[in-house]
Amino acid sequence: MFLASETAHAAAHVQGLLGPTIGEAHPADLLAWVILLPLIGAFINGVFGKKLSRGTVTTIGVGSVLLAFAFAAYEVIRLAGLPDGDYLVVKGWTWFDTHELNVGFSFMLDHLSAVMVLVVTGVGTLIHVFSTAYMRADEGYAKFFSYLNLFMFSMLILILGKNLVVLFVGWEGVGLCSYLLIGFWYKDMEKAEAGQKAFIANRVGDLAFLVATFILLFYTHGSVDFMSEGGVQSAVTHLQAVPDGGGDMTLLVICVLFFVAACGKSAQIPLYVWLPDAMAGPTPVSALIHAATMVTAGVYMMARMNPLFVASPTAMTIIAVIGGTTALFAATIALVQNDIKKVLAYSTVSQIGFMVLAIGVGNFTGAIFHLMTHAFFKACLFLGSGSVIHALHHEQDIRQMGGLRKKLPITNITFFVSCLAIAGIPFFAGFFSKDEILFNALTNEISGGGPNLYAGITGFIAAACTAFYMFRLYYLTFGGTYRGDQHVYDHAHEEVAMTFPLAVLGILAALGGFVGIPHLIHDAHLLEAWLSPNFGWLSAEAGGPIHYSHDMLAEVITIVVSVAIGVAGMLIARGMYNRSAELLPVAPVQASWHRVLTHKYYVDEFYDFVLVRPLRAVAQFSYKVIDVGIIDGIFVRGSAITVGLIGKGLRQLQNGDVQAYVTVLVVGLATALLFAA
Amino acid sequence: MLPMLAEAAAAAPVVHAIPLQWFLIVSVTLFAVGSAGVLARRNALTVLMSVEIMLNAVNLAFLAFAREWGNMHGHVVTFFVIAVAAAEAAIGLALILGIFRHKKSVNLDEMNALKN
Repeated sequence: MFLASETAHAAAHVQGLLGPTIGEAHPADLLAWVILLPLIGAFINGVFGKKLSRGTVTTIGVGSVLLAFAFAAYEVIRLAGLPDGDYLVVKGWTWFDTHELNVGFSFMLDHLSAVMVLVVTGVGTLIHVFSTAYMRADEGYAKFFSYLNLFMFSMLILILGKNLVVLFVGWEGVGLCSYLLIGFWYKDMEKAEAGQKAFIANRVGDLAFLVATFILLFYTHGSVDFMSEGGVQSAVTHLQAVPDGGGDMTLLVICVLFFVAACGKSAQIPLYVWLPDAMAGPTPVSALIHAATMVTAGVYMMARMNPLFVASPTAMTIIAVIGGTTALFAATIALVQNDIKKVLAYSTVSQIGFMVLAIGVGNFTGAIFHLMTHAFFKACLFLGSGSVIHALHHEQDIRQMGGLRKKLPITNITFFVSCLAIAGIPFFAGFFSKDEILFNALTNEISGGGPNLYAGITGFIAAACTAFYMFRLYYLTFGGTYRGDQHVYDHAHEEVAMTFPLAVLGILAALGGFVGIPHLIHDAHLLEAWLSPNFGWLSAEAGGPIHYSHDMLAEVITIVVSVAIGVAGMLIARGMYNRSAELLPVAPVQASWHRVLTHKYYVDEFYDFVLVRPLRAVAQFSYKVIDVGIIDGIFVRGSAITVGLIGKGLRQLQNGDVQAYVTVLVVGLATALLFAA
Repeated sequence: MLPMLAEAAAAAPVVHAIPLQWFLIVSVTLFAVGSAGVLARRNALTVLMSVEIMLNAVNLAFLAFAREWGNMHGHVVTFFVIAVAAAEAAIGLALILGIFRHKKSVNLDEMNALKN
């Protein structure tokens, strides 16, 4: 079991810095088990899976995560009883301890991690349960659960890591598991390539993460810890203390690099291209990794290091602009997609754009809030689509669906509820979180700059598109009449293992928003209160750099407008798509705007032309010219040929004639004597 | 008588009628002749005889120096050389006999089986 807690000395010293409230550390044994249980599950199922019975594999696979959730819940409850700012610690072993840097393999649970860990393990458990039915017919059942557990392990390391290095270990781990799971059906080349694309896009982000960490190391004092002195916080203070804003450029570079890393992991422009392709993986994978957990890692990382990002207003603007642009960009692509999972994939990119936008305007609570509600409704949507796909024997084209309302009742109602949530209809979950973000986008001021109107406006337009495409999806799938193969329709049915998680998530999508009631009602924003040790220091009232508006009228107007566009989107989509097959509108496939959107703005083609082809050309050149030609030809074979030629020359001396040998001997002797004398 | 002679020889350097250099010149000439024979003759037996000439040339040199310095060192070496030369001649002749039985010739030019 892991060792004792850190002393209070280090923690108390940090109080002096302007940043998140950091109290005392308390040891937490169960926390270690939260992380270890999925690892054990992954190991057992991975190594022995083939020999174990289905039941055993299921028990281990689901049980490990369920237990982890239970332990996590226990620890969070314990944490809630402690004073604000205190946190739980698992002090692992010292990884490396050099003169300049001390990194320990330690974990912590503070208020921010608590939100993340409950979402990850909770939604994760539900998805594990779903997978027992979805993957039942698959040969690689045990392997699937092993990978899922391995992913949970990595994700938990990421969110519970106490310093940047441990976070990075988890960061890489989830990237690996994402690759393994996307390419799970690796025998299909297209799916394998999708996995590869995800890994490579992630790698670009990882490189940025590392470079940012290295630069940060110049300014830290002995650690890259989030909680102790000498860690990330001290680097920020150090750079801010440089006179005449000399440290600003460095701060900007570090922030931008970390943001690029977040773009890779959380699928923002320009590194989002892997996420739609990632739909090649099994649907539970899409639900878990690409909706609820991994893609939120970038958002979590930025929220964790909020003192760093807030110190560079330029970086914040860049983040907000890219977040808003991505939200709008992806939303427009989703308007014309015909694969049920692709619509949800672009929706995910768009919604994470909202979270990133929130971070960029300084609304960290809103970002985490939306992360949470998004996990609920997006997982519900993905699992719902999984239920549909499973029922219709792996049909994914919504043009072949319709009229599934009666056949899949629970899927229908939960999907509908989640659509209401994502469209921002009151009082479902997405309404509260999305409105908070939009309000903050229009009114927040960071370090005296004006509000980022671009972010606000793109957010609103994206929200409008969201309502429309989600209900288009819903009505084409569940409304109207069925358009596909009648035989498939007759056999369509729901499964308990699928409907149970759907029901739970549906309830959460409906009610989950009530933890974040807007400030119109005083002190009702429970999540904000919970996260105040992490983000409370930011507001101008507390002496921080962000001026949060308390203009109630503006908040009401924002709510009214966003609800109006949400409802409008829903009604327009209902009017267009909730009809029987003959009356459905024909998509204007000839229109140029439609073609651009269907081809996703030709971004993949662009990347192919600018990046992939030159890289392939370089690879071909390296292979044919450098490797085969020069290294093999000149150095390897060349040296062999040279030695052969020398040998051939020297062989002439061996003519078998003894007198020739003696001649050489005598001549040599004479020469030697000549020189000796 | 022998102890008296040895004593006399070791007592003082002696001036001889024939200077040392003449002996050495003869020795070198003999050596050269022997070398020429070893390098340039076709018949294996002739080469062996040339080797003997070379060995004798060396012996002469050693003895000349022994006479010059008045000690026994040169004589000792000469004994060794003579014994070795004899043994070597025997072996060499045995080898040539064996080759002759096989190739019916003692022509060195034909003996290049170790070529390449």
